[in-house]
Amino acid sequence: MLDVATPADHPVLSPMTLRIHHGDRICLLGPSGTGKTTLLNYLAGLETGQSRPGLRIGYLFQEHRLLPWRTLHDNLRLVGVCGDQVNALLAQVGLDGHGEHFPDQLSLGMARRAALARCLAVRPELLLLDEPFASLDPHRAAELQALIRELLKRTPRMAMICVTHEVRDAAALANRIWYLAGRPARLEHDQVLAHGPDALAGLTSRLEALGRSAAADAALAGGAPV
Amino acid sequence: MKASPLAYWIVLPLLVVLWWLMAWYLDTSLLPSPLAVLHTLQHEAASGELQRHLAITLQRVAISFALAMALGVLVGIAMGRLPLINALFDPLLVLLLNLPALVLIILLYVWFGLVEAAAILAVVINKVPNVAVTLREGARSLDPRLEQMARVYAFSPGKRLLHVWVPQLFPYLMAATRGGLALIWKIVLVVELLGRSDGVGFQLHLAFQVFDVAGLLAYSLAFIAIVQLIELVILQPLERRASRWRRSGVQHA
Repeated sequence: MLDVATPADHPVLSPMTLRIHHGDRICLLGPSGTGKTTLLNYLAGLETGQSRPGLRIGYLFQEHRLLPWRTLHDNLRLVGVCGDQVNALLAQVGLDGHGEHFPDQLSLGMARRAALARCLAVRPELLLLDEPFASLDPHRAAELQALIRELLKRTPRMAMICVTHEVRDAAALANRIWYLAGRPARLEHDQVLAHGPDALAGLTSRLEALGRSAAADAALAGGAPV
Repeated sequence: MKASPLAYWIVLPLLVVLWWLMAWYLDTSLLPSPLAVLHTLQHEAASGELQRHLAITLQRVAISFALAMALGVLVGIAMGRLPLINALFDPLLVLLLNLPALVLIILLYVWFGLVEAAAILAVVINKVPNVAVTLREGARSLDPRLEQMARVYAFSPGKRLLHVWVPQLFPYLMAATRGGLALIWKIVLVVELLGRSDGVGFQLHLAFQVFDVAGLLAYSLAFIAIVQLIELVILQPLERRASRWRRSGVQHA
């Protein structure tokens, strides 16, 4: 669906070719500060200055990045949703009745769901999620994870890339794992997941091993240990 | 801290009383009593002169304000966003900011004659640098994260301007407007005094020549009242409306 090559002279990312297929649910793991967000930005076309024509992208940034001076209703209208679809979208993320609220009136979890509604509003072929569960309490995080799983089930052709630190999230959402490490960052690991508990256990130990070697890399490079 | 309206109702009448006592004690035509000023005001209003000159001055203020804002906003945003434009215009800005308004007015009258266009141009050139500097700050403070958002969601230039930029620039636009009105109406009076034969500035000029202090005060007070009216009727409601989202309050922590 999308083949992306990172340029040779990028300050954060080493040259690599990434191939994303329809229905890929990729979890992007790796030590913090490696450039996972940079990679998402690159895939969204934000690093190059040109957007990706013909590819509808929904991007859930770490902050909600809704326009604080517009109501949720208007925020969704601004990405091209018609009036009566707005309420359906808000209902889909559990925010029905909040259309007239401003983003800053919402809790962190609600604002993130509102931002997710905006992602869905463009009917994305590629959904980028940057640490969607960060700084949510476990209950809210589980709620949001269930919501995303539900969403993925309904849109089998949509590709998703989710940055996370938790192997548990990866196990719950992903069918493919990217592990980014090093400086400049390279894809250490690209694995399609098998299903079942054995696969998860295997993945966990593999990632722990990778994490250790990444920490060793970082220590050798003079960076902070992970 | 914002002064309470109560303070106005205490301090202002107190000032009037003080003025009255001074006028009564000194008993000179150089300090007429408030009543005498009110009388002059009534007289001028009855003859229609007050309204005519006020209208002409306000028209000059409005035209030069609109031109200065339009030009200043364009230049300021361009300077804030494009380093090349900033490098080109910055020396000019420094020059104009430090050039006394009076010099500019005299130069333009000398070069173009005592015509309306020269008067307006003098006011506009005086004001544009202030607006540009304010808006340059605003343009530099635009949130890059919202720019990225607008790029990902393919906002058209018009949409980006109206929904992403203008709300962020709004406080800077208001500051430029407030500072602009205060500065512009003062410069307009000087321009009128030096080279026009109508308007409040011209009337002040006439009053000055015959030491008609009552006339001076009457026209000044009328003008101050109008500027305050603009603030109360236009600017403050506009600000309240635009900052609705700020005051909507945080319901959830």
